[in-house]
Amino acid sequence: MAVGQSHIRKDVRAKVTGKTRYTDDFSMPGMLQAKYVRSPVAHALVKSIDTSAALAISGVEAVFTHADVPKNVYPTAGHPFSLDPDHQDVADRLLLTDHVRFHGDEVAIVVARDLLTAAKAAQLVKVEYEELPVCVNSAAAMAEGAPAIHDGGNIIKSTSFETGGTFSDAEKKAVTVVEGSFSTPIILHCHLENHTAYAYMDDNDHLVIVSSTQIPHICRRIVGQALDMPWPKIRVIKPYIGGGFGNKQDVVLEPMVAFLTTKLGGLPVKLELEREEGLVATRTRHSQTVTVRAGVSRDGTLKFLDLNVISNTGAYASHGHSIPMAAGSKSCNLYPKAVTRFSATTHYANIPAAGAMRAYGSPQLFFGLESVIEEVAREIGMDSVDFRIKNSARAGDILAKTGDLKHSVAMIECLEKGRELISWDSRKKQYADQQGPLLRGLGVASFSYGSGTYPACVEIAGCRLVLNQDGTIHMQIGATEIGQGSDTALAQMAAETLGVEYQAIHVVSEQDTDVTPFDPGAYASRQTYVTAPAVQQAAEKLKKRILGHCQLMTGEDPGNLDLQLGKIIQRGSPEKVVVDLTELALDSYYHKERGGQITAEVSAKTCTNAPSYGCTFVDLEVDVEMCTVSIHEIINVHDAGKIIHPLSAEGQVHGGMAMGIGMALFEELLVDPESGWIFNGNLLDYKIPTSVDIPELKSAFVDTFDPTSPYGNKSLGEPPAISQGPAIRNAIWDATGVKINEIPMTPKVLFKHFKDAGLI
Amino acid sequence: MISRMDISLSINSRPYELDVDVRKSLMDVLRELGYTSVKHGCGVGECGACTVLVDDVAVDSCLYLAVWAKGRNVRTVEGECRDGKLSAVQEAYVEEGAVQCGFCTPGLIMSSTSFIEKNSGTRPSREEIAKGHAGNLCRCTGYQTIINAVENAIKK
Repeated sequence: MAVGQSHIRKDVRAKVTGKTRYTDDFSMPGMLQAKYVRSPVAHALVKSIDTSAALAISGVEAVFTHADVPKNVYPTAGHPFSLDPDHQDVADRLLLTDHVRFHGDEVAIVVARDLLTAAKAAQLVKVEYEELPVCVNSAAAMAEGAPAIHDGGNIIKSTSFETGGTFSDAEKKAVTVVEGSFSTPIILHCHLENHTAYAYMDDNDHLVIVSSTQIPHICRRIVGQALDMPWPKIRVIKPYIGGGFGNKQDVVLEPMVAFLTTKLGGLPVKLELEREEGLVATRTRHSQTVTVRAGVSRDGTLKFLDLNVISNTGAYASHGHSIPMAAGSKSCNLYPKAVTRFSATTHYANIPAAGAMRAYGSPQLFFGLESVIEEVAREIGMDSVDFRIKNSARAGDILAKTGDLKHSVAMIECLEKGRELISWDSRKKQYADQQGPLLRGLGVASFSYGSGTYPACVEIAGCRLVLNQDGTIHMQIGATEIGQGSDTALAQMAAETLGVEYQAIHVVSEQDTDVTPFDPGAYASRQTYVTAPAVQQAAEKLKKRILGHCQLMTGEDPGNLDLQLGKIIQRGSPEKVVVDLTELALDSYYHKERGGQITAEVSAKTCTNAPSYGCTFVDLEVDVEMCTVSIHEIINVHDAGKIIHPLSAEGQVHGGMAMGIGMALFEELLVDPESGWIFNGNLLDYKIPTSVDIPELKSAFVDTFDPTSPYGNKSLGEPPAISQGPAIRNAIWDATGVKINEIPMTPKVLFKHFKDAGLI
Repeated sequence: MISRMDISLSINSRPYELDVDVRKSLMDVLRELGYTSVKHGCGVGECGACTVLVDDVAVDSCLYLAVWAKGRNVRTVEGECRDGKLSAVQEAYVEEGAVQCGFCTPGLIMSSTSFIEKNSGTRPSREEIAKGHAGNLCRCTGYQTIINAVENAIKK
């Protein structure tokens, strides 16, 4: 069985020996280097630009300003194209702007023969600004008379929905109602590889882009929109990428490098962002204010949830309003028997543009939701795990997104498993009456997520299989490997269905839009779920063709044959080898009369969206006097359906947990509310966790089999990062009696709250 | 002002005679020579993706001028796999699932190699291993499997 085993990752030997090539590891003779001129202020109009001093430097090829770029406004969000104009992403970008909207916005670009010259020349571009009033936070951006950051004002969209019944009826049935308001900061992705891309032309009207992107096919379309070029005239190649976490689910550098090469006679032009540029001038995680009301009936049944999100998307819309709306709809999978009313408003502000980041709005929403769930349980005197178990989704519940399909649902089993693993009941008793400055606390928080974007977006995936001369298989998929291990998981699936050894599958890891089967890319925790049907169908097809060729060779009826571990055998009698796949492969290629190259290709759409579930349990100690938190034990328990590759699954959970802990305790991009100036846009001052900041990470799984996937699997890439914030917050409350309704819960923040509560 | 300098050094025990721009970091020069395992993650010593060993001492090669490597032996991850056989550290990273996107991996493997060589004959605790790797950022793994890999490699 290939599926369910921790096979050696397809890319791992290349990675540990330094052989994997990332975008920056390729170069071309004569490659030019580009460098942006960035705004030193957060909101301004460009009055004039003097490029003469920059152009006078030897080695400078060109300087472009807003006056030189096409006037096509384009969207950047990595969503598949929508046939419904109302569902298309907000188009609000030009390649360069004369209306600066955040500290670091792009007003000009220099192209030179080397990077040092480009950087020097960029400093010599003289820009005169007329400064405008700045609005950084939601209150300022949405205030009456706030300066308009884009034509049409600062509010992008305000929408709402109700699901699960009639809200007003449910509200009447609740006897206890709890409300809270929660805030989350701007968070940065901090993938280790910066954004980098280059482009060149290989014909008068055809250009090639090599980029560190999660979404090559979407990138091709958006470059086409930005430059007003037919999409097939653009070829996007994605080599190995050094992490993305959603920041490369946006089209950031590609339209610019494409523009530059078209302006410079097709010469190769490269843009590689410095770390400091990459942190502020790509995308961020939205800072949000989440307000939650929850009502329960006398018997502890959750009757309603009333959720409101104000989402600050910064200078440009990017994924914009999709972020709170996606999180809102996925959250309805958790307590489906309650009536949910969800509303969200997304607005512009003079801060870096926010986009997609791992779990896409859910960590913010669940910080509020699972904090209030904790409060309502305590309010009615119920253990909060028991309360969650009573109200969580069960198999057969009608889910808002996908109706009453028979998905696997093991939320309750996750809670039960976590409760046991952390010895919840005994430790609760142990921590009941504590004194002194060191206080232990227990916390829990659940989450629900989806396994793709359907029905909001199309879900399409492709797989091509080719039988090689030696009986091995080349596999091309549109799904992009970004470190999460999709190449490996999909190869396991192909091997399983085809009946060959895992080692016999060679995955062509690179995506190239000229040749790779169509797939929009890595996001929404979708790839193993939505690619599974394409892989399975392609493998079935290839197998049928292999057995068909066997019939040509041997005259055996394919109905009596099977392929097992690389050998064609008599069905039911694995010891009776009819022909070895190696021999068959050579015959198919080189026999002068019969057969041909054996291939199979499938493009498949997925019209289901399996819910995935899980929770975080944490045991921590608060040092009240020092205002610090140390985690003693933290466990994530997941229902991700069938686990395809246990070692990689654990790895996904560890990485998500570390990101969630970073968000809960350490990370925040600081922006001056008056000027929009960014204080800590570098890795020294923006603190992601190092190896000494992360406790032992424990993961556990409740194995289920989701019937909507041929291999039973559901999402696992993004969900592990959702529930650490509220679990830690609930544990701090448990330890100290103080509710911290904001993250990050740094010593500075804890000091303020502990002081207000009279603890210090 | 001197702008270039002739230096000799060895990289993974291969001798080189180079004429280098004195402003260039060791990272830049190694990458230009084809040692692209040495990654540019920040350029200012914050992330550790460019970690190499200079005379067996781990350094951020982005902060280390190429001319300082004159007369020294530089080790990169390309040289750790000999005759197609992975080093104990590389093998442990494979076995423990310590690799995801792989961008921090070469630098981390060099840090682990240096850590293990320095602590040879001892059994460092997980806390000591974590401390010994605090200069290398990884955003994918949460460090758990990396620490597992170092423990595993020590036992090999």
